[in-house]
Amino acid sequence: MQALTNRAKPVDRRPMTFVERMYLPAIAKGMAITFKHIFQKKEVVSYPEQKREFSPVFRGLHVLNRDAEGRENCTACGLCAVSCPAEAITMEGAERKPGEEHLYREEKYAARYEINMLRCIFCGFCEEACPKDAIYLTETFAPSNYKRESFIYGKEDLLIPMPGEKKKA
Amino acid sequence: MAEEKKLFKVKIDGIPVEVEPGTTILNAARQIGGDIVPPAMCYYSKLQGSGGKCRTCLVKVSKGSEADPRPMPKLVASCRTTVMDGMEVANITSPEVLDARKGVVEFLLLNHPLDCPVCDQAGECSLQDLGYEHGADGTRYEFKRRTFEKIDIGDKIQLHMTRCILCYRCVYTADQLTEKREHGILGRGEVSEISTYIHKSLDNEFIGNVIDVCPVGALTDKTFRFKNRVWFLKPVDAHRDCDKCCGKTVLWLRGDEVFRVTARKDKYGEVEAFICDTCRFDKKETKDWIVEGPRKIDRHSVISQGQYVGVVKPHDALPDVLEGRQPKLLMNIHSISQVNRPEIDLSKIEGPAHSDDFKN
Repeated sequence: MQALTNRAKPVDRRPMTFVERMYLPAIAKGMAITFKHIFQKKEVVSYPEQKREFSPVFRGLHVLNRDAEGRENCTACGLCAVSCPAEAITMEGAERKPGEEHLYREEKYAARYEINMLRCIFCGFCEEACPKDAIYLTETFAPSNYKRESFIYGKEDLLIPMPGEKKKA
Repeated sequence: MAEEKKLFKVKIDGIPVEVEPGTTILNAARQIGGDIVPPAMCYYSKLQGSGGKCRTCLVKVSKGSEADPRPMPKLVASCRTTVMDGMEVANITSPEVLDARKGVVEFLLLNHPLDCPVCDQAGECSLQDLGYEHGADGTRYEFKRRTFEKIDIGDKIQLHMTRCILCYRCVYTADQLTEKREHGILGRGEVSEISTYIHKSLDNEFIGNVIDVCPVGALTDKTFRFKNRVWFLKPVDAHRDCDKCCGKTVLWLRGDEVFRVTARKDKYGEVEAFICDTCRFDKKETKDWIVEGPRKIDRHSVISQGQYVGVVKPHDALPDVLEGRQPKLLMNIHSISQVNRPEIDLSKIEGPAHSDDFKN
């Protein structure tokens, strides 16, 4: 077979010498590497107690934002869904009725808004496409679960709580 | 007998074309086609007397005619100016025209709200395209934009005067397609507004066409209002036997649901034939229609997103492997997803959906 690069190294297939067959020098060499790492800086953290810091550009779980008065920003314009390369976002819009002005910022809002976290690739295009500052990617993971059903995130999972209110667990 | 008509030789952006006397520069350019066709927001070839309002079709006439080769002193509206023999016109080759068009777009957008995320016309809006191609990305306007309350023109048409650019297309449509004109423009200049006389509802067989002729989202279909974005729907050509109109329409589908019905529009955004209100508003079932096939949408339009051509569905190997057993861990997304639930038929709801439609 022709090599694709010139970096391939041919395997040495000569029979081993007596010293090599003893394996002791090889074991000693390996142990030296092991013991060297004991004195080096530890790279692991004990995870649940100690958490590694996220990079400033980390993109995690989505939230739907509210404005300063607690009204939903999303107007179901569909730009997040159209920009989504994984086609994970779906929504259905509705018209705001008189008397619902404290709930929704614009006359149209997303009555249903769903992100399929199994499809989502966390690219952040939805956040970039959003003209209303409604969707943001946070610095959290989607929590693990045994069931796939729980990865379909609806509006109740995504919306941030009203100011002064705590999110239900 | 019939004397052969003398054709006028015109050059538009250096491309020669021979047209009949009396043709406008815009129509001469449309005979050539391509990028050199000036955009038009108000001119509509199917409506008599339209044009001359929006000024987006401005072109430079660098040579008046063979007899009088002087250039025209100012840019002219190509939809209203007829050609002369030997006329030379510059459209996209003239930086002056492009600069003027940018200014016109800025003027059109002065009072136009930036509510494209809410507007149902987004994705098929002429002003959106025009602003994208020619406009500046910011506004220099510092004053309050004029705003109006929403008006219902009839029970199926919503008028958002705030978005109107006063192209008068709908007025001509109401005037020419229907027998009784009840709809016109009140006021002058900045305060002018489209109105029905004393909010009289327009019940006429063809009044729904004002939705199709509107280049912006000022007149929208109330039966489609806020139901979906046009680019998530699948447009298909369809027809039915209609005793009032030709019955040739485009259905905008989600699955098997007919979300809206429009007339077929050509590449200049003009309808091929006007359709009646029965076809447009009342026939919202696929069984009312004979579907001809998917509508060809320009590749550069956002509506073409997700419309994959020549998709080959891969063979589903699961039934072969399972040999008749049912998979235990298969998740049907429709059993979990709250979107597009079978018991909430958005296309059947009159007018926009509200919070009570989603309660359950």
